[in-house]
Amino acid sequence: MLTYTLRRLLAAIPTLLLISLVIFLLVDMAPGSPLSEIPLTVPPEVRQKMIAAMGADQPVMVRYVLWLKQFFWIEPLYGIDALLGTDFAQGAQRIISWQSKMPVFRIIGERLPQTLTVVGTAYLIGILIALPIGIYSAYRQYSWFDQAGTFFAMAGFSVPTFFTGNVLILVFAVKLGWFPTIYDTNLKVTDFASFYKMVMQMALPVTVLALFNAAEISRYTRSSVLENLGQDYVRTARAKGMGEKVVVLKHVLRNSLIPVVTVIALGLPTVFGGAIVTENIFKINGIGAALIGAIHVSDLPTVQTVTFIFAVLIVLFNLIADILYGILDPRIRYD
Amino acid sequence: MPDGAVPVLDVRGLKTVFRTRAGEIHAVNSVSFHLKPGELLGVVGESGSGKSVTMMSLIGLLPSPPAEVRAGQVLLAGRDLLKVDAAELRQVRGAKIGFVFQDPMTSLNPVFTVGNQIMEPLLTHKGMTKAQARDRAVELLELVGIPDAAKRLKSYPHQFSGGMRQRVMIAIALACDPDVLIADEPTTALDVTIQAQILELVKELRQKLGMAIIWITHDLGVIAAIADRVMVMYGGQVVEHAPVKELFAHPQHPYTRALLKTIPSIHGARASRLQVIEGQPPILMAEPTSCPFRARCAHALEVCAHQNPLRHPVDSAALGLGHDVACHWSAQSAEVAHA
Repeated sequence: MLTYTLRRLLAAIPTLLLISLVIFLLVDMAPGSPLSEIPLTVPPEVRQKMIAAMGADQPVMVRYVLWLKQFFWIEPLYGIDALLGTDFAQGAQRIISWQSKMPVFRIIGERLPQTLTVVGTAYLIGILIALPIGIYSAYRQYSWFDQAGTFFAMAGFSVPTFFTGNVLILVFAVKLGWFPTIYDTNLKVTDFASFYKMVMQMALPVTVLALFNAAEISRYTRSSVLENLGQDYVRTARAKGMGEKVVVLKHVLRNSLIPVVTVIALGLPTVFGGAIVTENIFKINGIGAALIGAIHVSDLPTVQTVTFIFAVLIVLFNLIADILYGILDPRIRYD
Repeated sequence: MPDGAVPVLDVRGLKTVFRTRAGEIHAVNSVSFHLKPGELLGVVGESGSGKSVTMMSLIGLLPSPPAEVRAGQVLLAGRDLLKVDAAELRQVRGAKIGFVFQDPMTSLNPVFTVGNQIMEPLLTHKGMTKAQARDRAVELLELVGIPDAAKRLKSYPHQFSGGMRQRVMIAIALACDPDVLIADEPTTALDVTIQAQILELVKELRQKLGMAIIWITHDLGVIAAIADRVMVMYGGQVVEHAPVKELFAHPQHPYTRALLKTIPSIHGARASRLQVIEGQPPILMAEPTSCPFRARCAHALEVCAHQNPLRHPVDSAALGLGHDVACHWSAQSAEVAHA
């Protein structure tokens, strides 16, 4: 397992390099200028100097290699320095946002916790809802519970989050006034009152994302459990006199989880993508909102870096899914 | 075994139907049989004759819906298994009645170790501690002839061959010292040499442990080798029942006779083609009011079309005790008529 993991990590390096190149070129080719926010009254020679100051006048390959060096070498050094209080980076040039002139990683560091809180909670709740629903739907196939579950899963999966999000805001925040419309990023949880406020402001975005995730995962769980319920080993377990709880929650579930875990692991990175939309609707100042903001003003370094981090996450969770597969299914051994 | 012994298992008038969209399928129709202690009862019949469904009905192993056991009694040591509640029935399954299934490749759970699966019924039914169950599991694996048992407990099913897995299945079925072992075509999915090994193993275990066995198969050769008594099933009912030697020597029912003819012979000239029974077994959408074999029977009489024959003893003094048949036509009368 360890050698397999190491081998996969090594194999990920060329993949990620290629992805980074494609992202870099694609983003670079996109129309737009980093100076679009600068007033037109600024004279051309000043504009020229501003572009040169950002390094945007360099050829794309030079910028790419510089970005690679900054991403894989200098930024990690800053990371180590921040953790251990050392000074390896020695003030080397970091990846700087063209928009805010701040290091991109500092922006990420500020924005990521919001995203993780909302998206992470939503995904966790989504899984916790989806697994029992999927299992029970399969166990009582074609029951009214199953029919209802199927209906909500179809609805939850086919209605996009930007629609459900707006509907929820309209109904529960605007009309009923139960929840705040704005997500307060600066809110710190210190006591029960602030915790309550946090829960209230998270409720709507988490609901939207959790429903969407639960819809997908519950369907996978249902079909996987259904497939396994018909297997011979289930009959064996019953013939041994095992109770239905043991039959379903031990024998069937362990087998059914194998494909479901893959879906969960592979779905996690795409949740970040889905969160971009939700963050914008609920005005959550997260990483997705930062990305959208950066795209609007052609802040190429930020767009490239954040997009590449998403790519890294996808590759990483692919690997995690494969390793989990091997842990859950003894027939799969990676040596 | 003494003939008057109290049966361990006594099944009376068992009826099982499957409810489908197309209507009810009467898979088991008034099946009665008994099993004496230490006895091996062979159940033969082609696919769809209701052999497996009958045995699974006994301990509620059929998924319900669509299956429904509609009538009958299943008396295990005097207790009617069709009347007890789910929890009590679970105490019987695995503890009093062990089950071995046809396909050992899929009958074991692929993600749990063999040890875990053998220990499960011990922990549930016998209330053993883990250590006790482990010791017992080692004992069982040794009993079914798996070498290096203690080590193999940690293996997963896919690390075993087909024959070894069937041995594991047998070990699981025997874990709690059941009174009855039901083996549903346990050698069908295995190749011939492994079949022979499993047969030997069962014979040996029977002598050692003395449980009664119900052996479902469509292989008459296997029946000849191990059974004490044979029950022939067709169309969800018992059409003939006799001690094994008697059945092979004096088959009465046309279906039994046809079945015996289908056994290819390795003796004599190779000229004859393989014998087959033409036609398909019936799918019974209603309780049969005529003989289910009628359409394929070479001796069908007029009475067969409007009366389903009941089982009646074969009434010749020359024939052994405990031979009964459900047929309007009688081999003797035909032979007499010919002579």
